[in-house]
Amino acid sequence: MNRRRLLALMVKEVLQIRRDLSSLYIAFVLPLVLLLLIGYGVSLDAKDIRLAVVLEQPTPKATSLVAAFRNSTFFTVTELRQRQLAEAGMVAGRYRGVVLLGNDFDALVGRGQQAAIQVLLDGTDANTARLTKGYVEGVWTKWLGHEARAAGQSLTLPISAETRVWFNPALESRHFLIPGLIAIIMTLTGTILTALVVAREWERGTMEALIATPVGRLELLVGKLAPYFVLGMGGMALSVLVGLVVYDVPLRGSVWVLALSSSLYMVAALSMGLLISTIARNQFVAGQVAIVAAFMPAFMLSGFVFEPSSMPLWVDLLSRVVAARYFVTILQTLFLAGDVWSVVWPNCLALTAIAAFFLALTWKRTRKSLE
Amino acid sequence: MTTAITLSGVGKRFGPTIAVDNISAALSAGRVTGLVGADGAGKTTLMRLMAGLLNPDDGSISVNGDIGYMPQRFGLYEDLTVSENLRLYAELRSLAPAEQPAIFARLLDFSGLDGFQTRLAGKLSGGMKQKLGLACALVATPSLLLLDEPSVGVDPVSRRQLWRMVHELAEQGVGVVWSTAYLDEAERCHEVLLLDQGRLLHVGPPAELTKRVEGRCFVIKGGADRRKVQLETSARPDVRDSLIQGASVRLVMEEGAPPPKVEGHEVSAVPPRFEDAFITLLERKAAIPTLPPRHRPAVPTDGIAVRATDLVRRFDDFVAVDQVSFAVKAGEIFGLLGPNGAGKSTTFRMLCGLLPVSSGIAEVGGRDLAHAAAQGRQNLGYMSQKFSLYPDLSVQQNLNFFSGIYGLAGKTQRQTIATMRDVFALDPYGGTNAGALPLGFKQRLALACAIMHGPDTLFLDEPTSGVDPLVRREFWTHINAMAAEGVSVLVTTHFLDEAEYCDRLGIIFAGKLIALGTPDEIKAQARSDAIPDPTLEDAFVALVEKAQTS
Repeated sequence: MNRRRLLALMVKEVLQIRRDLSSLYIAFVLPLVLLLLIGYGVSLDAKDIRLAVVLEQPTPKATSLVAAFRNSTFFTVTELRQRQLAEAGMVAGRYRGVVLLGNDFDALVGRGQQAAIQVLLDGTDANTARLTKGYVEGVWTKWLGHEARAAGQSLTLPISAETRVWFNPALESRHFLIPGLIAIIMTLTGTILTALVVAREWERGTMEALIATPVGRLELLVGKLAPYFVLGMGGMALSVLVGLVVYDVPLRGSVWVLALSSSLYMVAALSMGLLISTIARNQFVAGQVAIVAAFMPAFMLSGFVFEPSSMPLWVDLLSRVVAARYFVTILQTLFLAGDVWSVVWPNCLALTAIAAFFLALTWKRTRKSLE
Repeated sequence: MTTAITLSGVGKRFGPTIAVDNISAALSAGRVTGLVGADGAGKTTLMRLMAGLLNPDDGSISVNGDIGYMPQRFGLYEDLTVSENLRLYAELRSLAPAEQPAIFARLLDFSGLDGFQTRLAGKLSGGMKQKLGLACALVATPSLLLLDEPSVGVDPVSRRQLWRMVHELAEQGVGVVWSTAYLDEAERCHEVLLLDQGRLLHVGPPAELTKRVEGRCFVIKGGADRRKVQLETSARPDVRDSLIQGASVRLVMEEGAPPPKVEGHEVSAVPPRFEDAFITLLERKAAIPTLPPRHRPAVPTDGIAVRATDLVRRFDDFVAVDQVSFAVKAGEIFGLLGPNGAGKSTTFRMLCGLLPVSSGIAEVGGRDLAHAAAQGRQNLGYMSQKFSLYPDLSVQQNLNFFSGIYGLAGKTQRQTIATMRDVFALDPYGGTNAGALPLGFKQRLALACAIMHGPDTLFLDEPTSGVDPLVRREFWTHINAMAAEGVSVLVTTHFLDEAEYCDRLGIIFAGKLIALGTPDEIKAQARSDAIPDPTLEDAFVALVEKAQTS
């Protein structure tokens, strides 16, 4: 490898990046937009669920239960007097759930045998319905305990479970989603960055002039990878920063492990893009292929939302060739748990293998001729 | 003289197509060698083989020294400046940094790009791009310089400068290979490799070839009868080639035939040209079938078929067509001549109503086609520069479709299609997909599709680009025949010699119409003591220089 030729190629690439800003947009603006869009848009938590509470007889007891619902951050409560209004509102989609406190509420609570409240749920979105049910039960149980203590008794439940959630004690699904999302975004930007550049040289005819010079394959490959590696890592740093600052995701692992694993992953993504570009020789095709081949598997099979181990065996096996799967695991571990070496090392090893595979294939497909 | 590159029995196939067929030649250093042939003759493939970008299937190539290569699309980075491009190629060729400033200064001076160092390559004109491409290929002073069609898209002035540069290089000992489809360029080379369908037709100095037809070339002063004279003479068995040249008809006689006699016309012997000789190397084809007679178009009251008045077309702040005005008389063949990018196609598209005008008036048959589209276009035939038929429909299906959309049906449609297949020799290809046709047949099919509905006005945008001289003659036979029937024909071309076939010409340069008149009138504008008998190119160069100084 000739250092001057390599340097000349990299300088050329940097100049092109500076003149044609599209690479900068892909590296910095695209991750930002996706992070904000998907980060705020996709959430597995339910907050501010629109709940109607029907209070047929506003007794002090009933009013205190309504206050308990109001105090919960999970609900936005509308207080009603007639159940018909609540039912009509649910049909119209104004409420996701309805809690009914009948005329006999005080009496029923006093007896403690029969169901004192009735809960109606909008089951069209099963996930939200399930969450709503859980939250309503939570408020109800808490209120009952409170009432009992106020009356000088203790509420006795047959079994009491004391739950502790590790790694994500606040059960913020965002803390779990953002690291995965960063991995997905890096897949997309890394692959697209390089998918377009070699194809562009073929389209504009510069590749023909380039390979007629003494430039070697290794110089071509490294000359393309290095500038976009820097660019991609810049995008990565920005995404991590947004995760930490905007979404308050904790980073419990060390920065150098994060940098190392990200570097490995970036090389894998960039090489995949280079391979696509080298084969397609056409920017439009390369862009399409990059999205389908990089983004889709990363989104579906990486464990970003859907856990591959709970998929059918063959899908699970398929997901093992997707680099994003390993990187998602690494990032989730680094952000939420810390430097857990038994998780980080094997996954880094897998990333290295995949990166090496793509590099080797690109190397093989990079020809110093037009055939 | 040292040999720069030796080809021995070189062959190259792409699938079933033989691109280069058993070529042997030795090219010398210090000479300009022309690689001459029509598109698809194998020029680019041979260039790439010599540059080492392709490996030959048969034979071998041995190179003596370094090669500089300029591909057809320059290989310039459009978003890099002139000096950044130069530096890139200097570094890639490991030029010592200390030597670079002197070499750059010399190359910039040589290419006339001094003062443009900081301009982006993408913002240069076609001619300047070509010169920069040449400079980039020259950074490491190669012993052999390969230039793939360097004169495409270059105006005649820049073209002359390029030739001067190349001859200077040859004097310094560089071997130059210049590939071209323009036959007139062959005469400027020391040596010529003449290619046709991958085969080598001739190797040697161009004069050697032209000498073969010495004494066989004549010019008949045709005047107003020139089309009739051309038609009659081309059918004679003792005439090998007959074509219109301005107001005259140029003949190449068969070997041993006596000078032609044409009643009532003055005949004089002329020195042969390279093209005359080239034609005699190609197999003589059977007589070209003629189009059947058609109804004569109604002549407009003012006799004008197409009129452009102060046409302007802007693309953002780029003025592609600038105040162009001309009128085409009914039954006239009017040529728009200019280098690629001069604004010919843009003018065409505005006249046809395909592109809105920025200002000015475009009229065909007295109508503005942008507004009176439907009725107007029925009387118009348009053959676009790019192949615009359906590549995955067969020849027959394309003919069916295009006759159908112009409203032909039933017996008329069947008869017209049969005539087209016959006249354009498409019969053997009826079931072939249009995309798989050889280039010449693609062009024939495109012309057939443009004229099937018997239009009164015909717009042909670079109809003969890329076809060999024989197909070109065939096209002009049909064009002449249609004009004789009263059809008005507008044709664009960047072949200067082809412009001679037109009744009148408009020369377009950088969006402006810089001359208008018959070929002979335009040539006369450049007559001087130094050039008593100017060619159209001499005239073009003189006109461009005049336009640039004023």
